[in-house]
Amino acid sequence: MSELQIVVCGGIVPDPLQTLAPQMGPTGPALKNEMMLPAVLDPWAWHSLNEAANLAKKNPGSKVTLVSLGPKAKLQQVMMTMAQKVPFELVALDGPASGFTESAEVAALLAEAIEGIPGLDKSKLLVFGGWESASRGAGTTMQVVGEILGIADQFLAVDQIDVQADGSFKVYERVEGGKHQVSVCAGAPAVLGWATGNLPEPPNNPQIGMMNMRTIMPSLQKAKPTQVKSEGLKFASVEQPQQRRDTKIVKDMPADQIAAEIVEWIRK
Amino acid sequence: MDLDIVCVGFGPAMGGFLTTLSKGLVNEDGTPAVDSKVMPGMPPQVICYERADDLGFGVSGVVTRGRAIKGSFPELNLDEIPMAAPVKEEQLLYLMDPIGASRRPLSMRLADGTLKALKWMLPVKDHAFKVPYIPAFMEKHDGFLASLGQFNQWVGGQLMASGAVQIWPGTPVEKPLIENGAVTGVQLIDQGVDKKGEPDAGFMPGMEIKAPLTVIADGPIGPVGRQIDEALGMPEGHHHHDWAVGMKMVIDLPETCELEVGTVIHTLGFPEPEIFGFLYVYPGKVASAGIFVPSWFDNPVRSTYRYLQHWLQHPALWKHLKGGTMRSWGAKTIQESGRRGEPHLVGNGFARIGEGSGSTNVLTNSGVDEAWMTGVQLADGVLELMKEGKEFTKENLEATYVKRRRESWLEEESRMAEKARDGFQRSFLRGMIGMAMSGFTKGKMNMSGDGRSPYQRVPTPEEYYKGRISPDGIANLRADCQKAGKSLHDELMNRVGWPEIEYDGQILMSHQDALLKGGKVQAPGGYADHVVFLYPSECEKCGTQVCVEICSGQAITTNPDGGVPLFDREKCVHCGACLWNCATHDPANPEKGGIQFKAGAGGLHSAEN
Repeated sequence: MSELQIVVCGGIVPDPLQTLAPQMGPTGPALKNEMMLPAVLDPWAWHSLNEAANLAKKNPGSKVTLVSLGPKAKLQQVMMTMAQKVPFELVALDGPASGFTESAEVAALLAEAIEGIPGLDKSKLLVFGGWESASRGAGTTMQVVGEILGIADQFLAVDQIDVQADGSFKVYERVEGGKHQVSVCAGAPAVLGWATGNLPEPPNNPQIGMMNMRTIMPSLQKAKPTQVKSEGLKFASVEQPQQRRDTKIVKDMPADQIAAEIVEWIRK
Repeated sequence: MDLDIVCVGFGPAMGGFLTTLSKGLVNEDGTPAVDSKVMPGMPPQVICYERADDLGFGVSGVVTRGRAIKGSFPELNLDEIPMAAPVKEEQLLYLMDPIGASRRPLSMRLADGTLKALKWMLPVKDHAFKVPYIPAFMEKHDGFLASLGQFNQWVGGQLMASGAVQIWPGTPVEKPLIENGAVTGVQLIDQGVDKKGEPDAGFMPGMEIKAPLTVIADGPIGPVGRQIDEALGMPEGHHHHDWAVGMKMVIDLPETCELEVGTVIHTLGFPEPEIFGFLYVYPGKVASAGIFVPSWFDNPVRSTYRYLQHWLQHPALWKHLKGGTMRSWGAKTIQESGRRGEPHLVGNGFARIGEGSGSTNVLTNSGVDEAWMTGVQLADGVLELMKEGKEFTKENLEATYVKRRRESWLEEESRMAEKARDGFQRSFLRGMIGMAMSGFTKGKMNMSGDGRSPYQRVPTPEEYYKGRISPDGIANLRADCQKAGKSLHDELMNRVGWPEIEYDGQILMSHQDALLKGGKVQAPGGYADHVVFLYPSECEKCGTQVCVEICSGQAITTNPDGGVPLFDREKCVHCGACLWNCATHDPANPEKGGIQFKAGAGGLHSAEN
C-alpha cells in the first residue's frame, strides 16, 4: 500500500471505570457530575487510533489526523496522555461529548472538520473511528460521516484488516456467534468503524510526545467552538441499571471453581 | 531528550510554579520573554512528568486560607471549580467515646466525665463537645474549601490552555540524574519489565531527560526527592520523623442532611485520642470526610481504614452522614515534620518545592497554599535568572528562590510551627498544651518531645495490649491470621471492644469494595513492583508488621508461609504508609526503613478526591 491519509474520529468519554449515574437535568438527560469525572479517549476510538498509527508506520509517508469533538478543557487533558502513545496531528472541536446527543449532528460536524483538513486527498483517505462509543452505543456516527463525505465503502465492527501489496485490504467484521465476515476492499477511500484490535497498548514514549505536542498545543488553542442542538430529539426517561455488588478478590482459583461460585451467587 | 526545565510531580506546588512561570514566559505584547537554550528560536521547553494516570488524581479535601493561590488568581471565581466553596462556618468538636473501646488516658476520662456531668450547661450533644473557641492561628474563615483533585484539574486546564508548558500524566520518574554533585535531569521509569524489573515483552528503557534545571515537587514519598535526600543528606538537625496517613471519602450526603455549603468540622478525641478528623461540605450536597493517623499514635495495628469507619459512625457525624453514599475514597501520606523536615532546597541544577520541601504547617493545619507559595517563589526566582541569562547554580538559586522563601510569611509561620507538635510525641495532653503554647506565643514557647523514628516508637502488639489481651491470646490470633493471610488489626480491635463494622453497602463497606468502588485502582502491566522489602531477614524477625496493618489498600498482606509480607501492585494506592511505618530499619542507616518505595504506575483513579 502506498501513502495514506488516515483520519481518526475519536471522542472523549468519562472514564468507564468511574460510577456513571445518569440523571435528568434541566436540558435533558446527563451524567451526574460528568465534568468532575476523569476523561479518556473512547476505548473504541483508541483501538482505531492505535491501528491507524500502526498502518501509517507500515506505509511511509502516511499521516494520521485525529478529529475530536469534546469540551476543550477535557480534550486538553486527554491529549496530554494520548500524545505520548502514537504519532498524530489533532483537529480539535470544542463542544459537548455527552452521549445524549444526536449522532447525525455530531457526524456532520466531524465530516465538516475532515473536509477542512488542509491538503485533504480523498483518493488516499481512510476514515477510522469507533464502531460504537462508550457513551452512546448506537453505532451510527461513522456511517453518517461516510455518507456525508460520499464514501461508499464502509465497514463496521472491524476487528482486523490485512493489507495486500496492491493496496487492497481484507476486512474482518464481527458477526453473530463470535465469527467474522471477511470482505476485500479495493483500497481508499473507505470508512472503518473499529470494534477492537489486536495491537498491544503502546508504552508512553517521550519523543513521540514531544513531536506531537508541537502541533497539538496550537490545535487546542484554536479549537473551533461548535453547537450540538439535538433538536427534535427527545429522551423519555433515564435510569441506572440495577446493580448488585458482592466483591471477592481471589488469586490462583481454578476457573471451574470461580464459575461454580458465580452460578451459586446468581441462583441466590 | 533535552529540555529547558524538567519538572517532577503535578500537585499544588507545581501548580504554583507552572502558573507563575507560564505567565512570565510571555511579554505583555505576546512576544516570548525568554528563549529556549536547548531549542534556539523556540520558547523555553518546560515539561512536567506526573506519575498518576491523569492530573488531579491526588487525595485530599482541603480547607485553606488560600492567600498564595488568590495571589496567583486575583479574580478567582470558585464557581468555576467543581467542589469548591468559601468557608462559611468552622466547628471544632471534641468527640467523646460512645463505645468505650477508645484507649483514653486518665486526663481524658476525667474530661469526658466532667463534660457529661455538665452537659445541661455546656454545648454537649451526641457525645461531642463543641469547642466554643477556635484559636486565630487555626481559623480559615477567610478561605475556601475544595477537592484537591478538582482544583488540580482546573489549574492543569488553565496551564495547558496557555500553551506555555506541558504536563504529561502517566509518566513516573525513576530517579534524578546526578553528575559531579549536580542534578542534570531525570530518568523515566522502565516500561515492559516484569515484577522484578527485568526486561520483558515490549521493553522500553526509561529515557533520560536532560535539563539545566530540574524542579522536584514529588511530595513526601516521591522517589526523586528521596534519592536526592539520600545523595546529599539532610541539613544538620533536620529529619523526617513526623508523619500521618490521611484517609478520606467523598460522600453524597443524604437529602435530609442540613449541613450548609462551606461548613468545616474539625474533630479530635475519637476513635483514639491521637486521631484527628475533618468534614468539609461542598456545593451539591457533597462532603469530604476523613481522618489522620499520625506517627505518634503508638499502636502497632494502626489500621486507618477501620478507624475511619468507626469515626464516621460517631453520633455527632453519623447523624449527618447516615443514608449518604460514598463516591470516592483514597489515602495519602502527609509529611508533618514541617520546616524541621526541610531538605536541601536547592543545589546545582535542581530546586525542591512543595510538601517534600518541608512546607507543610502542622500548627495551622495547612499545606496546600504553602506548597503553592513555594512554587510561586521558585518561578519568580527562575524567571529572574532566565531573563538575566544566569545559570541554575546552587548559588544563583539560593539568591533568588531561597531568599524569597526565607523573607516571606511562609518562613515566618513555619518557624512558629516548627516545634508545635513535639508534645504529642510524649502524650495527647502534652501535645494539646504544646500546640496551644506554640500558637499563642508564636513559637517562642513549646512543649518538648522526642523526635524518634517510627521504628523506635512502635511497640509490639504484646506491649500495646498488655493487660487487655494475654500474650498467648495474641500468639493464637497471630497464628490464625497468618494461616488465613489476614492482617491482625481486626481481630485485636474486636477483642478489646470495638464493634464489628456492619456494612450498609453505601458508606460502610469492605476495604476491597472501598478500593474498587471508591478508589478505582489501576496498575498497568509492564512495570516493576515499586514496594520492595530490602532486608528479608529483618522482616522474618519482625513480629509487628505495621506495613501489613496500616496498608491503605490491603496491598501488603501477611504471608501465610511466614516471613516477608506479600505485595500486590494492583491494590496499592501509593500512599506510602508502609515506607515510614516500617518497624525495621537498615542497620547501617537507621534513618532508612526496611521498605523501598520506588517510582511506580497505577494507584488511585479518581479526580474528585
